[in-house]
Amino acid sequence: MAHNNLNLKLKVWRQKNANTTGAFVKYDVNDISDEMSFLEMLDVLNEKLIVTGEEPIAFDHDCREGICGMCSLYIDGKPHGPWEANTTCQLHMRAFKDGDTITIEPWRSNAFPIVKDLTVDRGAFDRIIQAGGYVSVNTGNAVDGNSLPINKDNADASFAAAMCIGCGACVAACKNSSAMLFLSAKVSHLALLPQGEPERKSRVLNMVAQMDKEGFGSCTNTGACEAACPKEISIANIARLNKEYLRAGLTAE
Amino acid sequence: MTFKQMFTSSVGKKLIMGFTGIFLVLFLVVHAGLNACIWAMDGGVMFNRAGHFMGSNVVPRILEVGLFFFIFLHIIQGYMLTLQNRSKRAVGYAVNYSKGSKWYSRSMAILGTILLMFFVIHWKHFWVPSRITGVEEIKLPNGVEVHNLYAVMQETFQNIWVVVFYVVSCISLAYHLAHGFQSAFKTIGVHNKRYHAMISCIGYGFAIIIPLAFAMMPISFYLHWVN
Ligand code: HEM
Ligand code: SF4
Ligand code: FES
Repeated sequence: MAHNNLNLKLKVWRQKNANTTGAFVKYDVNDISDEMSFLEMLDVLNEKLIVTGEEPIAFDHDCREGICGMCSLYIDGKPHGPWEANTTCQLHMRAFKDGDTITIEPWRSNAFPIVKDLTVDRGAFDRIIQAGGYVSVNTGNAVDGNSLPINKDNADASFAAAMCIGCGACVAACKNSSAMLFLSAKVSHLALLPQGEPERKSRVLNMVAQMDKEGFGSCTNTGACEAACPKEISIANIARLNKEYLRAGLTAE
Repeated sequence: MTFKQMFTSSVGKKLIMGFTGIFLVLFLVVHAGLNACIWAMDGGVMFNRAGHFMGSNVVPRILEVGLFFFIFLHIIQGYMLTLQNRSKRAVGYAVNYSKGSKWYSRSMAILGTILLMFFVIHWKHFWVPSRITGVEEIKLPNGVEVHNLYAVMQETFQNIWVVVFYVVSCISLAYHLAHGFQSAFKTIGVHNKRYHAMISCIGYGFAIIIPLAFAMMPISFYLHWVN
């Protein structure tokens, strides 16, 4: 395969910390292999900045293989960049053309305050999970999996929802900063399984209450979240969340 | 959990939008159906009779109270929701993400504002004369005296600007419904893919047919297709 090197211009959001106002800073990056990942391209730039004594650009990442949900970045007006169903760490430079200007912004939502540069605090998601995204079981021997039959369609739908890696791209994409795609994935994957049944009602009520406390907006079904989600979580999960909520709310004591 | 908590959460507010939206959709069916009587080509006899029934029978009058309540609930909740949602992102993006969603799904409040302006003018044209200031009476063939709302329509729609405004409002309604119809069912919890595909299909059909029927009414009078 032909190997190309790219010369690019970057417009990167730089912000010292949560209390300062940030601004875009322009950088030129040259001789970038189109086989590099987007984060490797930023690594190259950071190496250069370190050598020249400048503060490197802070951005989140961990696994770099599309499974952990740590990477973020709002690239040229789309969370996780131009490719569909993809994380930023799995975005490769062949997505761009020589001479392109790439604008890189952090996730924007009051509920995700900026820590530094492109790094935001997604602790709100952890607190939502703590509010109900679990099943309570006694410790001891694991029961035989086959003793609990599960309908295949439900198992598949549950698994599809469990694919959510909690990256927050749905919030970043949503004009309402709504976290409902994330929440609906977490509620659905347990609501579809018998193991989730005992806490089914309290789970959805508590998780929605925590989501509201964190300051996320209300879903208006525009579908931007679904289009930006690296794990293709379906917006149908939000409808399921609404049903779970209505049911729990109407029957709660 | 109290009902107040339930309907004031982020999901609860949407439930109110969804349920009131569906009620308004049902109202549109009744309204369009009654108004279609202008095309009976009988000089307005059937239309005036239908209007008289709606004005004199107790059931539509009770529903009318509910209708006003739901319209105001929908409008107030709609604006509050929009403002609250906007406030959740203090610093915006330099490049907007517009590819993932349709423009009209992001513009429900603007489309709704056009509809609100329309309601005010529409009530002034028809509701106020009919209920408050009075409308000239006409005798139906069976001898009953009724408001001649048909004549009011004829007169109102001789003004080209009124006709243009009604047509623009119908276009806003079409887009509001193109998103709103299917969205409302998602909001109240219909997640079954088969049903959702069906509802989307009906929703787009509804969003075309109903506003088109409404838009044809002023046009029909202006062009004297009905007399
Ligand atoms: C005949 C009149 C109207 C009908 C049939 C109608 C119908 C609907 C429906 C079905 C929805 C979707 C609800 C959902 O997604 O759960 C909706 C949403 C909405 N409507 Fe209306 N509506 C009407 C008038 C208005 C007016 C006058 C306003 C004025 C502001 C308005 C503002 C909104 C807003 C802001 C939303 C929320 C957007 C969203 O949830 O996506 N609507 N409407
Ligand atoms: S729903 Fe998708 S976009 Fe949202 S947090 Fe989960 S994986 Fe990320
Ligand atoms: S770094 Fe783990 S998903 Fe991107």
